[in-house]
Amino acid sequence: MTNAWGDIKHADLVVVMGGNAAEAHPCGFKWVVEAKAHRGAKLIVVDPRFTRTASVADFYCPIRPGSDIAFLGGVINYLLSNDKIQKDYVKAYTNATFLVKPEFGWSEGLFTGYNEEKRDYDRSSWDYQMDEQGFARVDETMTDPRSVFQLMKQHFAIYTPELVERVCGSPRDKFLKVCEMISECSSPTKTMTSMYALGWTQHSKGAQNIRGMAMVQLLLGNIGVRGGGMNALRGHSNIQGLTDLGLLSNMLPGYLNLPTEKEKDFGTYMSTRGFKPLRPGQTSFWQNYKKFFVSFQKSMWGDRATAENDWAYDWLPKLDVTYDVLRTFELMNQGKVTGYFCQGFNPLMTFPNRGKITAGLAKLKWLVTMDPLDTETSRFWENHGEFNDVKTADIQTEVFQLPTSCFAEDEGSIVNSGRWLQWHNAAVSPPAEARSDVFIMAGLHLRLKELYLKEGGAFPDPIVNLRWPYAQPEEPSAEELAKEMNGQALSDVFDPTDPTKVLVQKGKQVDTFAQLRDDGSTASFCWIYAGCFTEAGNQTSRRDTYDPGDTGLAPRWAWAWPVNRRILYNRASSDVSGKPWDESRKLVWWSGERWTGYDVPDYGPTVKPEQAVGPFIMNPEGVARLFTRGMMRDGPFPSHYEPFESPVANVINPKIRGNPAARIFKADLEALGSPDQFPYVGTSYRLTEHFHQWTKHVWVNAALQPEFFVEISEELAKEKGIEKGGWVRVWSNRGSLKAKAVVTKRIKPLMVDGRPVHVVGIPQHWGFIGKTKKGHNPNSLTPFVGDANIETPEYKAFLVNIEPTSAPAVA
Amino acid sequence: MAIEIERRPLIVERTEVKRYSASARVNHWITAICFVLLTLSGLALFHPSLFFLTDLFGGGANTRAFHPWIGVVLVASFSVLFVRFWRLNLWNRDDTRWMTQIGDVVKGEEEHLPELGKYNAGQKMVFWGTSLLLIVLLASGLVIWDQYFHGLVSINVNRLAALTHSLAAIGAILIIIVHIYAGIWVKGTVRAMTQGRVTGGWAWRHHRKWLRSEVKDEGDH
Amino acid sequence: MASYQSLDIKRRSASTSTPPTVRSTGLEVAKLIDVSKCIGCKACQSACLEWNNLKEEVGVNTGVYDNPHDLTPNSWTLMRFSEWDNPDNGNFEWLIRKDGCMHCADPGCLKACPSPGAIVQYTNGIVDFVSENCIGCAYCVKGCPFNIPRISQVDRKAYKCTLCSDRVSVGMGPACAKACPTAAIMFGTKEDMKDQAAQRIVDLKSRGFANAGLYDPQGVGGTHVMYVLHHLDKPEIYAGLPKDPQISPLVSAWKGGAKLLALGAIAFAAVGAFFHHTIVGPNRVTDTDEANAADLAEEANGAEPTPETRTL
Repeated sequence: MTNAWGDIKHADLVVVMGGNAAEAHPCGFKWVVEAKAHRGAKLIVVDPRFTRTASVADFYCPIRPGSDIAFLGGVINYLLSNDKIQKDYVKAYTNATFLVKPEFGWSEGLFTGYNEEKRDYDRSSWDYQMDEQGFARVDETMTDPRSVFQLMKQHFAIYTPELVERVCGSPRDKFLKVCEMISECSSPTKTMTSMYALGWTQHSKGAQNIRGMAMVQLLLGNIGVRGGGMNALRGHSNIQGLTDLGLLSNMLPGYLNLPTEKEKDFGTYMSTRGFKPLRPGQTSFWQNYKKFFVSFQKSMWGDRATAENDWAYDWLPKLDVTYDVLRTFELMNQGKVTGYFCQGFNPLMTFPNRGKITAGLAKLKWLVTMDPLDTETSRFWENHGEFNDVKTADIQTEVFQLPTSCFAEDEGSIVNSGRWLQWHNAAVSPPAEARSDVFIMAGLHLRLKELYLKEGGAFPDPIVNLRWPYAQPEEPSAEELAKEMNGQALSDVFDPTDPTKVLVQKGKQVDTFAQLRDDGSTASFCWIYAGCFTEAGNQTSRRDTYDPGDTGLAPRWAWAWPVNRRILYNRASSDVSGKPWDESRKLVWWSGERWTGYDVPDYGPTVKPEQAVGPFIMNPEGVARLFTRGMMRDGPFPSHYEPFESPVANVINPKIRGNPAARIFKADLEALGSPDQFPYVGTSYRLTEHFHQWTKHVWVNAALQPEFFVEISEELAKEKGIEKGGWVRVWSNRGSLKAKAVVTKRIKPLMVDGRPVHVVGIPQHWGFIGKTKKGHNPNSLTPFVGDANIETPEYKAFLVNIEPTSAPAVA
Repeated sequence: MAIEIERRPLIVERTEVKRYSASARVNHWITAICFVLLTLSGLALFHPSLFFLTDLFGGGANTRAFHPWIGVVLVASFSVLFVRFWRLNLWNRDDTRWMTQIGDVVKGEEEHLPELGKYNAGQKMVFWGTSLLLIVLLASGLVIWDQYFHGLVSINVNRLAALTHSLAAIGAILIIIVHIYAGIWVKGTVRAMTQGRVTGGWAWRHHRKWLRSEVKDEGDH
Repeated sequence: MASYQSLDIKRRSASTSTPPTVRSTGLEVAKLIDVSKCIGCKACQSACLEWNNLKEEVGVNTGVYDNPHDLTPNSWTLMRFSEWDNPDNGNFEWLIRKDGCMHCADPGCLKACPSPGAIVQYTNGIVDFVSENCIGCAYCVKGCPFNIPRISQVDRKAYKCTLCSDRVSVGMGPACAKACPTAAIMFGTKEDMKDQAAQRIVDLKSRGFANAGLYDPQGVGGTHVMYVLHHLDKPEIYAGLPKDPQISPLVSAWKGGAKLLALGAIAFAAVGAFFHHTIVGPNRVTDTDEANAADLAEEANGAEPTPETRTL
């Protein structure tokens, strides 16, 4: 989220697309209800199904799963061709004025530089024209045909209402109504907020879906303002924390990168991370990268990380490829994985192509599961009739099931969608032998360390040298870990403008990442968390509802990263001169001497407006990127691609299957189904009654939604002779499942490219363990392919077939 | 008449007619006891001011539980009574005449009435009235017997059944009041059901045709 | 199912005594369910089960989202989902209504209940079942115009929403209202809830729902659970919410006229009999009757009767 949950109440228009906030985020959705009730806000829902969110919406427009970019492209085209953009904002705060290299282009659905064999682009042409001083060239009039603005206009011109209707199946009049409602928010005094979730991320072009709406929001001037923003609704209560702490195979905490094989030494690694400003005078905050990186290394290895050993750079693993979950299970299937730690998730019931997951797990020598609940993954070897049809005798994997404590049984902070770190205490003790994840991981580390010390080994250094300063080494406390993430001064830290002035004394907690240094005098495990646990105490446990200006930001409630800032890019809430765009919704403004307001300014506090420093201080351009240069693998502008399994060919270029830059393994490509065998579009989602597969263990939730089902339209039911509440078999080219049929008016066939497309909705909450009736999950069917940039699997659009059947045999 | 009184006292006392067999009497009294229990329990649940009667049955819940079962026993018992007596209760011309002279009946001036068989029209009406109401009570009672017949009919039929059941019960109670009072008023009647016999005079006075046929039957032996 | 002080009881089932009036009655409470804000998340159902320590059985899917499929002795509230095509504008609407006891001002259940004090109405308007007095007759089911009470087949007691009378008695709102994430369930004085509803109706009308309104049916004297409906003119589209609910005339007849009629008729019959006896006197068999009978017997036997042995 760029904004905060409580800020949604200031929106004039809420667009829920790529998500189902009422269903999946009912508590947060209260702010939408608040905006409607007290601000007269309108709510638009664009979704393949008439969802619970749609049930309280002012306007609903259907869309075919996986066609969001065409829809959003249509919106962008509408805004540009009807001049419904906030021009001053676009001109000053985005790269619309920047000029792009003449080589860059787009044709036949592909950008310049595509290599079909590698399924990848040479992205060198996707960049700005540079002047002699190395600054990007701009055209303030935005009329230059090479300006981002003109290129954008040209790129999206094909997304006419006709094309949108043809691709998305959204009736033209409904699409145009949505455009009209959105376009009203181009006024500086009207804002729209975008709420999305896995409905956008779980596609082979998920990141570009989000980019599409981000561009709309930038064109409307809705980023950095109250009641606006791009608001990702995070699914797990602490999934934001997971991302912040870099729990992805290619990341380090605080969105630093793990080095690749090519970056053999620290110098090479840093050479591409200079982040030189691309326009004169811009902040380009990532110029501080080295300070954050060195502080991280000091946090990891303390005194052992020195200037001489390049801050222990060699002790970091170097990636050959990214080890996302899809690749890991691919490798498992190839027999290249010996053991697997499965901590706090349930791949058997969630990762795509369940057959492949089972086969992979069966090839492991050992599997460790750490979970508060009895997961299906821990029992993947157990036969449960049609619900887990495996031959137990053939599986030799040794499974170690370690029960862990759950969120209510330990203390610590949880990061919400709005980046707020909120501390909680343990409510109860964990049952029986369940122990905290920290206890298990610490025990593992200490034992490994002992073995390395005793027996040596190929490369003991990173482990034996790891800093481990905890009072109880076998179970570091949540407070100690929080303090470590915040960071501290390892020696006195001096004011750079006055070297005699000590900013932070040795051994004290730092107050902000501005105090971090690249000379080894500071340690901070996650620089963006610097400030969360200072000498003033644990900021995340604050519970003061003080809320000046009724902003809903409550600055003294918990703590938000970075530096307790609640709305990112908030400088953009004021015009170039520093005056709020909307006086009634002002946020941060120039007082004449400094930047002030209700939030911590995302800006140099005393940088004068006339210095023309852009509000997007993290970017070397100082402005937001409508054109993302080479930062995304699949294009600098979003472009419509069909899902890998689609009922229709890509109307722009029928030869392109899926996202041309998305990785797909050979066997998985072969396992894709075609529309003649699998004519219906499958899509997966969650229900309010359950949280993933956790709550099927809870009696109350099980009673409220007891049994696995799929949802289909009345038309499809009639065509197939399926009865409401009857059993159906749904199958894809990868697997098959049985479910009860919910026949509903909420799903209607869509007219796509001249023919009806039926959608089969498949919720995902069941399994063969728990209080609910035994059931399947959509992952029995879904394709093994992910987003081109971050490898999130394509759960939201795939092909299936369906027929009535009999009840499954229960083991 | 005075002369006659002096002449035949002993003989008069010894004349008796058998009216009910032992099994018929048992049958009747089972039915009667059930009816009384049903009346008590039914009224207890019917009118708040009579709710105290539930104490006779061990409280409200027990009253609610027992009442329908007693009803089942009554219906079963009455069914046997019905089989026993239905022929004797068929209507005839004398009954119609009896009805037209109801004033004489009420005044007890039976000498003006036609000779009657085993049952007079009033008794027949008690019989048929009770039979009919019992069918109604059974049908409506089953419908509102929630424990076993929940959801058998729609809620409105259920409500109608409750109303019908109570109205039918009132009807039955009134009939039984008449029945009991008739037994009390017409002296010498109760012994028919307690001992099985009535005096010849009682039969002569109230059911002379029946007496004649009884006498004739005896003579034919 | 908490019992208040008797001073707080306004009405008591099957009781003829006058309720206490010395205490100033205070305010009536109400729960306002804004259907237009409800997202059907079932948090209210969950909160109801949790707060009241009820255990609903894990059922099956029957092709709809409603689970359990109906109110039960364990589920005192239930989300009912209705799919409706609006014929006026062609829009599809998914109407989600939280069903449960309406806490009528004139409660049919209380009227029908034969057991003294098994159903009470508090001065704040809450209609509560007092289980210890419940005899399990299901008359409340017949009395209710909203089809709410359910009889447990386990203990033969009637159950329904208590409006969390236990919570309300200590100044808290009902558990469902507390759990509702969108404040679609609100709780307060009836007057405040009506004001709240009025604001919501203005908002709904501004969004094109010309027939938006407050469901507070007067046929049962108004209710202490009210709905804000987008289509007040068609309450039946919300899973059969009755348009003009009132206590069935059959129940009124049963619990009103029939009672008087019955006792009157019985008393009349008894008194009538007494006076008949008093006036007419007993209907005795005369000696003549006996003699005639004896003569008849003799004739039949064709012999001089022997009094000692004559039997028929």
